[in-house]
Amino acid sequence: MKTDKVVAGDRALFLNFANRISPQINRKVHLLASFIKKGEGILEIVPTYRSLCIYYDPLRLRLRDLETRLCQIEDELGEVRKTPPPARILEIPVVYGGEYGPDLGFVANSCGLPEEEVVQIHSGRDYLIYMCGFSPGFSYLGGLDERIAAPRLKTPRVKVPAGSVGIAEGQTGIYPLESAGGWRLIGRTPLKLFDPQKDPPIPFLPGEYFRFVPIPEEEYQKTLEKVRRGDYRIVIHDS
Amino acid sequence: MIADEASFPVFEVVEPGVLTSIQDLGRFGYQKYGVPVSGPMDDFSLKVANLLVGNDSNAAALEITGLGPKLKVLSDTVVSLSGADFNATLDEKPFQGWRSLRVQKGSIIRIREARRGFRGYLAVTGGIEVPKVLGSRSTYLTGKFGGLDGRSLGKGDIINSSYPGTSPGRMPLRFLPEECVPVFSSRVEVSVIMGPQDDCFTGEGIKTFLNSRYVVSLDSDRTAYRLTGPKIAHHRKADIITDAIPQGAIQVPGDGQPIVMMADRPATGGYAKIACVIAPDISRIAQLKPEDGLRFRKIGIDAAHKLLRDKEAEFTRIKSLLEAQARVLARKRYRVRVEDEVYQVVVEEIPAD
Repeated sequence: MKTDKVVAGDRALFLNFANRISPQINRKVHLLASFIKKGEGILEIVPTYRSLCIYYDPLRLRLRDLETRLCQIEDELGEVRKTPPPARILEIPVVYGGEYGPDLGFVANSCGLPEEEVVQIHSGRDYLIYMCGFSPGFSYLGGLDERIAAPRLKTPRVKVPAGSVGIAEGQTGIYPLESAGGWRLIGRTPLKLFDPQKDPPIPFLPGEYFRFVPIPEEEYQKTLEKVRRGDYRIVIHDS
Repeated sequence: MIADEASFPVFEVVEPGVLTSIQDLGRFGYQKYGVPVSGPMDDFSLKVANLLVGNDSNAAALEITGLGPKLKVLSDTVVSLSGADFNATLDEKPFQGWRSLRVQKGSIIRIREARRGFRGYLAVTGGIEVPKVLGSRSTYLTGKFGGLDGRSLGKGDIINSSYPGTSPGRMPLRFLPEECVPVFSSRVEVSVIMGPQDDCFTGEGIKTFLNSRYVVSLDSDRTAYRLTGPKIAHHRKADIITDAIPQGAIQVPGDGQPIVMMADRPATGGYAKIACVIAPDISRIAQLKPEDGLRFRKIGIDAAHKLLRDKEAEFTRIKSLLEAQARVLARKRYRVRVEDEVYQVVVEEIPAD
């Protein structure tokens, strides 16, 4: 395992893998991240699609020493050829369409498919969680079926409710907090995917998978109640 | 907010100012979950404000922007104001910055419009008390968490402080010596380290970036300083595969106008980063207001790390200086005449070692 090491200012070092988005490359990113320990001058490790950002304190850890330490870890990983543990699949219940997914009709129209088929396609596969970022708890998901890709709104909505599931070009994702946003909203989940009062604040990890499961509106309300009371358990499968 | 055993009310917000929020040094360790660091825009000023009132440098204080608040003091305590010069007053008398002073219940602190600089910090002995969220008291305005319910101060808010180790009446007062007080200018040159994606730009684009003056735009905020000026040319496109955004990173989107990423920046982003501002210069950007000017100067990583060590040594010196002031038991001033020359003499009594 070898990466390009690129300085990003005086307190960050990027470890870059090949410059493309692929599950194989991303798996290497998370594997390498799991072998780098915080402490002794390493402050934070942020994995993204194809790179790792290491935030360090140059007053405690010299850049040269950091690079040496990282090269050693990469060499050891290269020899052992570690296979990562099987990733978990988390079920995300979603009410599609109606007031929960006001753009489902638009997406169906623009793709030339009936709404039910858009739902079937969207919920018919598992999505790799490549990384978090952009906003708290926002997950970048891979693998949307091209048949249901749809353009963004020309003017973003001022208020998108928390839990909204959207499509933008070839991407799909969930808004974990109420925010502004320009994605086409096709449904909403009652799950709380970001809670700053919990540590860790998200119930999933990058490298795991989401599986969207269509539910009727009544179940949305029931699940929402359970989530509020704190006694909802996310259904988890092994891949 | 209701006072509990660990804290007591110190201020009532009479007028909140333009944007006053609670900040400690920031929320670290959660960027992998997409949680921004937040914390002070000008970390040097926050740290010194805290040291002046005997706090740990990471204690929470009020960050003041442009036009400050009017506060009614609810308990006798010790406060300090650092950062920009706000023409502040305590009961209509000048409230000098960069030193601690005792304030009495019922007094009014008015922090007016910033004259030099743009941001200030009001610290109170014991530190401002709000519940920690993910390990920090810093306010993240966009995410609506941290600080005072995730928002900026509003009229009528009550601000609490923790109980200080020393009672405010006996707390020794401190001041930052004149030569250590930063001088804020409306035109600054900051040092940058090129990359991590300077290869996305043409040679001409990089020349433009390093040789032009950029102006701070009105829509700058705690997330980013947006700049306007000569357009920086990309090779082909401005987008990269989304990766992490360090503090001080300079993103250049397709319009060629640079954006310096600050305290509330998102953890990741998809625009090419031409360069990153070095840590000690971020405070200087934080003190710029809209219409102020900015230039970039390229330095190498080794030079940057040397500057960082120098800056840290300077801060350690300030810290021990302020600690030494706290050891002064008594101070007397004399006028001494020696052969027709008059001298001001200050005699300080310090504990015997």
